[in-house]
Amino acid sequence: MNRISIDPITRLEGHGKIDIFLDDAGDVENVYLQIPELRGFEEFCVGRPAEDMPNLTARICGVCPEAHHLAATKALDDLFHVDPPPTAKKLRELFYSIFYATDHTTHFYALGGPDFVVGPTAPVAQRNILGVIAKVGMDVAGKVLKMRRDGHELIKMMGGRRVHPNWGLPGGVSRGIDEEQRREIEARGREAVEFAKFSLQVFQDLVLKNGDYVKLITGDIYVHRTYNMGTVDENNRVNFYDGKIRVVGPDGKEHAKYHARDYRDYVAERVEPWSYLKFPYLKKVGWKGFVDGVDSGVYKATPLSRLNAADGMATPLAQAEYEKFYETLGGKPVHHTLATHWARLIELLYAAEHWVELAADPEITGSEYRILPTKTPTEGVGSVEAPRGTLTHHYATDERGILTKVNLIVGTTNNNAPISMSVKKAAQSLIRKGKAVNEGLLNMVEMAFRAYDPCFGCATHSLPGRMPLEIVLRDWQGNVVQRFSQFLR
Amino acid sequence: MSEATATSAKTKGKLAIYWAASCGGCEISILAIDEKILDVGNAFDIVMFPCGADGKVRDVEQMPDGAIDVCLFNGGIRTSEQEYMAQLMRRKSKVLVAFGSCASEGCIPGLGNMSDRKQIFDTVYKEGSSTYPVNPKDERPQAETKMPEGTLHLPIFYDTLKTLDQTVDVDYYLPGCPPEAENIWKAIVAILEGKLPPKGSTIGVNTTVCDECKRTRHEKKIKKFHRTWQIIPNEEECLLEQGLLCCGLATRAGCGSLCPQVNSPCIGCHGPNDGVEDFGARLMSAMASVIDSNDPEEIDGIIKDGIPDPVGTFYRFSLAKSLLRRKNKAAIAN
Repeated sequence: MNRISIDPITRLEGHGKIDIFLDDAGDVENVYLQIPELRGFEEFCVGRPAEDMPNLTARICGVCPEAHHLAATKALDDLFHVDPPPTAKKLRELFYSIFYATDHTTHFYALGGPDFVVGPTAPVAQRNILGVIAKVGMDVAGKVLKMRRDGHELIKMMGGRRVHPNWGLPGGVSRGIDEEQRREIEARGREAVEFAKFSLQVFQDLVLKNGDYVKLITGDIYVHRTYNMGTVDENNRVNFYDGKIRVVGPDGKEHAKYHARDYRDYVAERVEPWSYLKFPYLKKVGWKGFVDGVDSGVYKATPLSRLNAADGMATPLAQAEYEKFYETLGGKPVHHTLATHWARLIELLYAAEHWVELAADPEITGSEYRILPTKTPTEGVGSVEAPRGTLTHHYATDERGILTKVNLIVGTTNNNAPISMSVKKAAQSLIRKGKAVNEGLLNMVEMAFRAYDPCFGCATHSLPGRMPLEIVLRDWQGNVVQRFSQFLR
Repeated sequence: MSEATATSAKTKGKLAIYWAASCGGCEISILAIDEKILDVGNAFDIVMFPCGADGKVRDVEQMPDGAIDVCLFNGGIRTSEQEYMAQLMRRKSKVLVAFGSCASEGCIPGLGNMSDRKQIFDTVYKEGSSTYPVNPKDERPQAETKMPEGTLHLPIFYDTLKTLDQTVDVDYYLPGCPPEAENIWKAIVAILEGKLPPKGSTIGVNTTVCDECKRTRHEKKIKKFHRTWQIIPNEEECLLEQGLLCCGLATRAGCGSLCPQVNSPCIGCHGPNDGVEDFGARLMSAMASVIDSNDPEEIDGIIKDGIPDPVGTFYRFSLAKSLLRRKNKAAIAN
């Protein structure tokens, strides 16, 4: 039996490792994606005061602390049986829209975009953000940096800090915004809408007008017909902050629509002895292994999944793009994993439009951004759509609000099984009879999991937009037969 | 770019940035120095930066000892792999900086020292609301798993999270969860200009968050501590005087008193000032000094009602580093 180890060096020896096993004929027998790290928040948060959770759980992920902060805050609303006033809800959603626009920008320009904008077959040295700039124009770098900086400064203005805000409370937020701040937020939001439109135009011109890229997106290597999960509002449109969780089947039909509080009726987590990260699946369908199809409980929770699980977008420009998306790709649902990049840009536009809507809302500067809970805390669930998947926080406390039980299903965790499957399929398509394809294989494998923007400790959050990879092909005695690498010194 | 930065660019140093048991927030904060990251690139060859550039462990292993000029190391030490990396980066680096709260004090993951591996595994894999009872074989992750195709390995998860300086010798500390971008840049300039304080120092100011806070202050006399969800504090007066357990009075300054600006109490992420051996004990004595009572029974009541979780309140960021370090294992077993 031969083995190929792929170490994503950017977070290797720490946060992710792929082992590919070959059968005697040299074809891919199986692939294991291992997550070699655990911190145990569900255990050590027990005994803490519940109100600390927005701050404690932000430390699960420094890339999306805003998602944990708000999922925790919503769980506290539920736990303390308090309904925050409209201004509070709108402030939280405004804050979250700013975060989304900032985070999606980083992914498209630094991480996912280079594959398409520069090209999947371009020399590796150009397949990075510098290559994007060279192709699209120098002013893009300035626009991307400005978008990121503006986002972080507004997050700090509202939540206190750029990373790890200290703002959410049961019943609201610790401080509102005044008219001067509102004007600043709205002005930056209008620029964000223009930036999102520009980004979609870039995608249109450089990707969709290129037959080869379209073929790659719609090709078989990256297709997985799984269930899709996302949060929707009362009109079944995509929402990041609140609503019901909706799951559609591989055929696009609604499998379930539920309040986050009922998540245990729909989602279960499988434990495998070879990874510290669990594998969630749809409980009513059941775990059938690492396979897709209507009988397998494997589901995806990504930008693409959210579009598939919804009936549309809640803002006009994003809705137009949503319609174009499905028209171009042949109707709903879309199962082409690489289309996730396009879906992410449509979400970027929605986030920016919603940012402006909320900033222009007369209630946003209201003085009632917080009410005090009066009931005894018991048990609560809160969920938001993290950029990398549906994020669920579930707490129980004693009557003083001291935590007795904590359960968390984190964004990327939802996609643990599908990412493994995508990597396996890419490997199977490219490794035949033990003969590995050099650079093509590396980039194709890399693209398979980069589409998910996985956050195994931010595996793909590389600034230059390139993930150093090494593939080692060993014979059955463990001797190195072949070694391929990219971006390694 | 400063003059010193330009000078150093002629003789490029080697910089490494590594992460262990951390969240990635330190990296986001490093990237938030924005275009100054290009100055860093001009002054240093970045030989390892898992979030931002090339370089891999095998390359570092092959370098001569001391080949790296500066290593910024964030994250605590929880697994055998992280322990190995700490030892490796120490050996290869002239200057090793414990970067941020996790490496310096253990941070929030250090609260895991109230439990041990078995408890953590049981909670995550057995008793979790969404794993139990659907884990029929009662599986736990194993260091070694024999699969039909071959054997898979995972690093060993230790009972105790350690700080970087409980694992290897550390030269400097940079406080904050995460350190603010402005302070990261100041530290980088200090390194570039060779203006580092004596070995073992924390790079930063030696005043408290209170000194930077713009709220009005009077004599502190606390009759009752409130939980944050119990009162709406006004935006002008000292939060502690309003009864909220604000850690600003014992926490190192340098952040600009950010949390009190959004009407939230300081949670102590910058750690203690120089010369304080145990941050939690320092915070506790500071709080004790503002309680307005001489009656032991009344004091007991004030503490019990307002501070139901002393460990999580006073040792929120520093349990792993503290004199307590962890909960007694025998006590957990019983």
